[in-house]
Amino acid sequence: MPAKGRKAAIAGVYNTRQGRRLEGETTRRLIVEAVLGALDDAGLTLDDVDGITSEQTASLIYDLRLGPAWQGSTFGVGMVTEAVAAIEYGLAEVVVLVAAQAQEYRDHAATAPWTRPENEFVAPWGMFTAAEFALIARRHMEVYGTTREQLSVVAATIRNNGSDNPEAVYAGRGPFTPHDITASRMIADPFHLLDCATTSEGGCALVIANVERIDAARRPIYVLGSGADLNGPSYQHPPAWDLTGRRGLDPNGMVGRHAADVAFAHAGLSRDDVDVLELYDPFSFEIIRQLEAFRFCPDGEGGPFVADGHIAITGSHPVTTDGGTMSFSHAGTNPQMMQRAIRGVQQIRGEAGDLQVPHTHVALCSNGGAGALFTTVLLLGDEPR
Amino acid sequence: MTADTGLTLAAQRAAVPHATPGRLTAPFWQGCAEQSLLFQRCAACSAAGFPPAEHCRQCLSTDLGWEHSRGRGLVYSWTVVYRAATPVFETPYAPAIVALDEGYQMLTNIIGAATDALRVGMAVQVDFVEVSTGLWLPYFRPAE
Repeated sequence: MPAKGRKAAIAGVYNTRQGRRLEGETTRRLIVEAVLGALDDAGLTLDDVDGITSEQTASLIYDLRLGPAWQGSTFGVGMVTEAVAAIEYGLAEVVVLVAAQAQEYRDHAATAPWTRPENEFVAPWGMFTAAEFALIARRHMEVYGTTREQLSVVAATIRNNGSDNPEAVYAGRGPFTPHDITASRMIADPFHLLDCATTSEGGCALVIANVERIDAARRPIYVLGSGADLNGPSYQHPPAWDLTGRRGLDPNGMVGRHAADVAFAHAGLSRDDVDVLELYDPFSFEIIRQLEAFRFCPDGEGGPFVADGHIAITGSHPVTTDGGTMSFSHAGTNPQMMQRAIRGVQQIRGEAGDLQVPHTHVALCSNGGAGALFTTVLLLGDEPR
Repeated sequence: MTADTGLTLAAQRAAVPHATPGRLTAPFWQGCAEQSLLFQRCAACSAAGFPPAEHCRQCLSTDLGWEHSRGRGLVYSWTVVYRAATPVFETPYAPAIVALDEGYQMLTNIIGAATDALRVGMAVQVDFVEVSTGLWLPYFRPAE
């Protein structure tokens, strides 16, 4: 059981500058900037930190002289859940979550290294993330009749959000119409270039702290619920929609449903309580899939649901309001996942500028997708559960 | 710009990325070099398994034997790639999941079909191609 009365919350968030290429930057410099930036946002200092999660945790503990420190081991929005649990169990007081990437992808003759599997039953077939997710999308189009036009609505919606976000890599590039999406070159049928995440450089950090350490004027953001559904290692097995485990739960195509059910049950909230959906958007179809998996619309109706305008910034279910991995940034494996949680925090705090969704109290953030055999969910709010 | 349609898909002709087979997987690749598609069958529960594993994914028995697949199945899902993962690959190529008649799935590429002729449910059969010296890959083409 958690130590009596202990409560953790998100105290600070920070995005470094994001760019297709950040000349002169290094991954480590971005990490240091992000750590200090998030701590400043939280009203805390490096001297307060006694826990950290990153892809370089051990070296950061040494190089930032944080020891003795707790270290987390997970990735993406799950890092927030893990840090909250660690603090509420008394393992740490102030945990910084950080990730960055610069100069690790410069050979643009190939897709980004983190998109290409090395497994011997996958690599010879020229698999990369766009093909993995295309195999999932194709099944949905076949089974439910989801259309190319519906994919285009998703991509145009998210890219228009990014176009209106001055901090996005592709700020000012819009507006995009659905026609613009299919006018871009084909990458992996049914995905055109503008259906896909970009690749970029940048970093980000979040600070999770015992609420007693957070100045109340800084508006701590609470984790109301979370969930993690994994069906196996990403990019080593056929990304089959119908893959199931032995308990006979929903198939891989609906991965994230169990996670969402767990998160909502823990939070004591219903789907209608969610004000903004900061969904992970590696490919356009993934938004349609997640809306169904998370039960925001019935199975097979994600296509018509997005085409009816629900996901627009002014719609009933605004999604991925910073422009996501398609337009805001997609730096390496981890920053772009954590940035779903950062955007959720910005929306709840009312710091989303022209893309602010009015009266946002609850945000759902997600990572992963069925091409990757996992989906994680994080429910954030401005009031504790 | 839209993708070209109607191009006939061909096998690669280069040293595509391919890990050195391990103890578990070497028999499968040896089978490919001998024009035979192998998979594992559990002696305890009869489940077919792929890729190779140390134990049955269903009942966990380690009593697994190699069987010869007839190499026939149905396309479960497909895509056509026009922007290759690396420059080693010639485009277009068509990654697909094939559901084999023996009851397992595998990733492959479809060849010998037009890019606009690919369909979920189309009947296919294995076709081994030596893409570079000594590297035989189990492609699938429309069934005769």
